[in-house]
Amino acid sequence: MRIGVVTFPGSLDDRDAQRAARIAGAEAVPLWHGDHDLQGVDAVVLPGGFSYGDYLRAGAIAARAAIMTEIVEAAGRGLPVLGICNGFQMLVEAHLLPGGLIRNAHQQFIRRDQVLRVENNSTAWTHGFEAGQEIVIPMKNADGNFIADDETLKRIEGEGLVAFRYAGGVNPNGSLDDIAGLTNARGNVVGLMPHPEHAVEAGFGPDTDAAMKSGVDGLVMFRSVIERALQTA
Amino acid sequence: MPTIVVDVMPKAELLDPQGKAVAGALARQGSTRFTDVRIGKRFELTVEGPADEAVLAEVREIAANLLSNDVIEDVVAITVVD
Repeated sequence: MRIGVVTFPGSLDDRDAQRAARIAGAEAVPLWHGDHDLQGVDAVVLPGGFSYGDYLRAGAIAARAAIMTEIVEAAGRGLPVLGICNGFQMLVEAHLLPGGLIRNAHQQFIRRDQVLRVENNSTAWTHGFEAGQEIVIPMKNADGNFIADDETLKRIEGEGLVAFRYAGGVNPNGSLDDIAGLTNARGNVVGLMPHPEHAVEAGFGPDTDAAMKSGVDGLVMFRSVIERALQTA
Repeated sequence: MPTIVVDVMPKAELLDPQGKAVAGALARQGSTRFTDVRIGKRFELTVEGPADEAVLAEVREIAANLLSNDVIEDVVAITVVD
């Protein structure tokens, strides 16, 4: 099982995503934004960061990078694609996921260990969770405010495309319907603002009720996609 | 060389957090007659040669597909200035 992680100019968490893939038991394959080559990987992660300095719109310029041609095409064939934070912004800019992400309602960068509720556990990246399970994943962003017009929002809710919602009584950025992450209808493309790759190893994860820095809920996402790949191999 | 100006605004029905923050600042400094502030973007594209219909058609395409995201923004004006 090989998970590709694309590095864009301004990516920050590409190495963390590679590390998370390895801890979950996969081979991590570095991919380059300027290549038209996915190197035959079984899944792709678009990592967090501030590609192109968030110029124009967050994720907008990276969404038009060379490798995105192959990613959009492969996603159409069912390749699992996970967009984390800036990667989620790229997925909406590439129209692989609906809606848009704008500046946080309070205008501030926010960093917190966030409780999420798993809404859709039938995707390639979330089937290891229980439906309705509450997990803790760190988040850190300035442009995580999910918006969509009424018609799109109805479709998202009606088709069960909400993968994760902010829970624990906190909507950290004003997102409509507390939406933290989405899936496409097929369940192979998932994007979320919080960072599961930062919750994969005890001692380095988010604080939980059990102990400081003990959270490893993010590992489930990487293990889910590995398991899915083994099932379909 | 002519310059083509593209104006992009956040969609009217959607929250504009930056505009809201500026509206709050106006209220705090006592400029209370303004009921709303919205912040958009202005792009200036310079071309060599005349800004003919072919150029404008290309600008419209660029404005729709790169300069704006129609999920969250509208292209409100494309204007040729010299």
